[in-house]
Amino acid sequence: MTTMTMAKALNSGLRKAMERDSKVVMLGEDIGRLGGVFRITDGLQKDFGEHRVMDSPLAESGIVGAAVGLAMRGYRPVVEIQFDGFVYPAFDQIVSQVAKMHRRTEGTVRMPIVIRIPFGGGIGAVEHHSESPEAYFAHTAGLRVLCPSDPQAAYATIQQAIACDDPVVYFEPKRRYWDKGEVDEGFDALDTGGSADPWRARVLQVGTDVTVACYGPMVRTCIDAARASTEASVEVIDLQSLSPLDIDTVAASVERTGRLVVVHEAAANVGLGAEIAARVTERCFYELEAPVLRVTGYDTPYPASRLEEHFLPDLDRVLDAVDRAMAY
Amino acid sequence: MSDGSRVASAVQLLSPEGERVPHGRYEITLRDSELRELYRDMVLVRRLDTEATALQRQGELGLWASSLGQEAAQVGSARCLRPTDFAFPTYRDHGVTWSRGVQPLEILAMFRGVTNGGWDPIERGCAIYTIVIGNQALHAAGYAMGVHLDGSDDAVIAYFGDGATDEGDVNEAFVFGSVFNAPVVFFCQNNQWAISQPRERRNPGLIHERAAGFGFPGVLVDGNDILAVMAVTREALERARSGGGPTLVEAYTYRMAAHTTSDDPTRYRHAEELEIWRLRDPIERLKVFLARQGIADRHYFDQIDHEANELAVFVRDGVRAMVEPSAGSMFDHVYAESHPLLDEQRRRLRDYEASFVEELSP
Repeated sequence: MTTMTMAKALNSGLRKAMERDSKVVMLGEDIGRLGGVFRITDGLQKDFGEHRVMDSPLAESGIVGAAVGLAMRGYRPVVEIQFDGFVYPAFDQIVSQVAKMHRRTEGTVRMPIVIRIPFGGGIGAVEHHSESPEAYFAHTAGLRVLCPSDPQAAYATIQQAIACDDPVVYFEPKRRYWDKGEVDEGFDALDTGGSADPWRARVLQVGTDVTVACYGPMVRTCIDAARASTEASVEVIDLQSLSPLDIDTVAASVERTGRLVVVHEAAANVGLGAEIAARVTERCFYELEAPVLRVTGYDTPYPASRLEEHFLPDLDRVLDAVDRAMAY
Repeated sequence: MSDGSRVASAVQLLSPEGERVPHGRYEITLRDSELRELYRDMVLVRRLDTEATALQRQGELGLWASSLGQEAAQVGSARCLRPTDFAFPTYRDHGVTWSRGVQPLEILAMFRGVTNGGWDPIERGCAIYTIVIGNQALHAAGYAMGVHLDGSDDAVIAYFGDGATDEGDVNEAFVFGSVFNAPVVFFCQNNQWAISQPRERRNPGLIHERAAGFGFPGVLVDGNDILAVMAVTREALERARSGGGPTLVEAYTYRMAAHTTSDDPTRYRHAEELEIWRLRDPIERLKVFLARQGIADRHYFDQIDHEANELAVFVRDGVRAMVEPSAGSMFDHVYAESHPLLDEQRRRLRDYEASFVEELSP
């Protein structure tokens, strides 16, 4: 076990994937010489060469469109979109081409592309640098969506995403980049053992009264809330995979607790919380003691950074929802 | 009106009257048998196209995008490719897919609605049709980057129309192709019309001249002259193979039919324009050349016409006999690896459909 930040764990996982498979190549803005604006790819170009870690022109659609061609040629491109709010020029290529190519070619062409996106708020950033666009991608058939919450998960899931034959949109919670945790670098992320399954949700804190489902940057917030909760015993589930959703794990928990609160930074309207609420309600209707509640960002554009503490779900808002669930 | 005055400056080796004309820079020598094959390809592609249009009118195809008039640009360029090269066509490039060995019924299957694609791109060395304008130019640039990484001397060709040069993706593809010195030929068929909009109403500049701004050569070729198209494309492919990077070829041609079978071009363009371009027909000029040179005779032309009619019958019967896909097949190949949500929905659909069968049973 080594203590490291999520940023370092991602860097280490990317390095491992490149060592394992020479077909893994990287493409993105400033990822080479600079090592990326968050330094996630730091040192990789130096060690693997400019032909495998490519600084791209400043064109997001171009990055993803070129990755489609590279994948058709047999490569496993890992592309970086510099910030969440800059992914939209690439949206067309992602939903119309990356997501559909395997289907359109009746399985003959695979799109093992990983699209890394640092996302979310809480870092005092300017406009377009704090967004949570994951629902757009989770809504799109043909894509998988992963979102790690701690260094060990990041280290494992980035390797698993790269090894996956389907395209993966990989959301990195940028405000947790510098959080430290224990990472087992000897851990074989491609071992198919059940505990390492990236598509399964993880029960991180066991509780008996309320289930709180969350992912990415909200996981630490929710664990802190669970530990602070004096009235109710809170179970915290890190969804980790946003598409496919592991409803089995959430439903199994709700069958015991009878209450569910879903927490995400993204806006409520037609967000992941709505999907989880609908599916858990279908599965657990008779076990539910309260309606499924959501704690989310508001349905406004992401606010100016001086207001973001009012916008982002925090420990108090999570506990408030737990209290409301208990009051039914 | 797109009267083709710019054709005067385009590379031409075969005049509209079917006469060989010298060009200071480009030349091509083909065997008689190759010339006859090119004629055959163009006639068969045109017959495939007219039959598909007829099938759409009969309700057998949902839609058809006609390649009428663009056969020389498509066949000429694609016939320059080696088997291991790769082509990225648009939905109108039937002459390209034909030349890459994509089977006629594979070409029509998507338009009938029995598949989302139609063929195995790897097997054919040819991507499936891209419908979103310009997306494929980036795929070609990326694929060519991969070829470059492999150290291979394969080449890649990206097809798009004049309308697509308005799109960001095509311009981004120029940037990527140039920056990574990718072995890609950007082959633009300027067929003068983007549905109802003529060139002048969109980007009035000359397309091939844009290449200079991206740092690679551009060339204007008479797109209805198959010999000139081949001479220019061969050179561009050779440049790509030898590490010289991209070339932009603008093949000046004309969309003789509607944009698609859903379109009515009489609402926006004059019949006189069609007449002007009819005199520049790519097949007719090669036919005149072959006949005058004694490369092919009436017997040969009759034989190709006969073959074309047989192709039409084959296509007609084949389209009508296409197997309807099963409902459950919509879940196939959405993902390469198992996916619980789709597994569940597939199961639900099967149970739902089975429930009707049970009700009907006594």
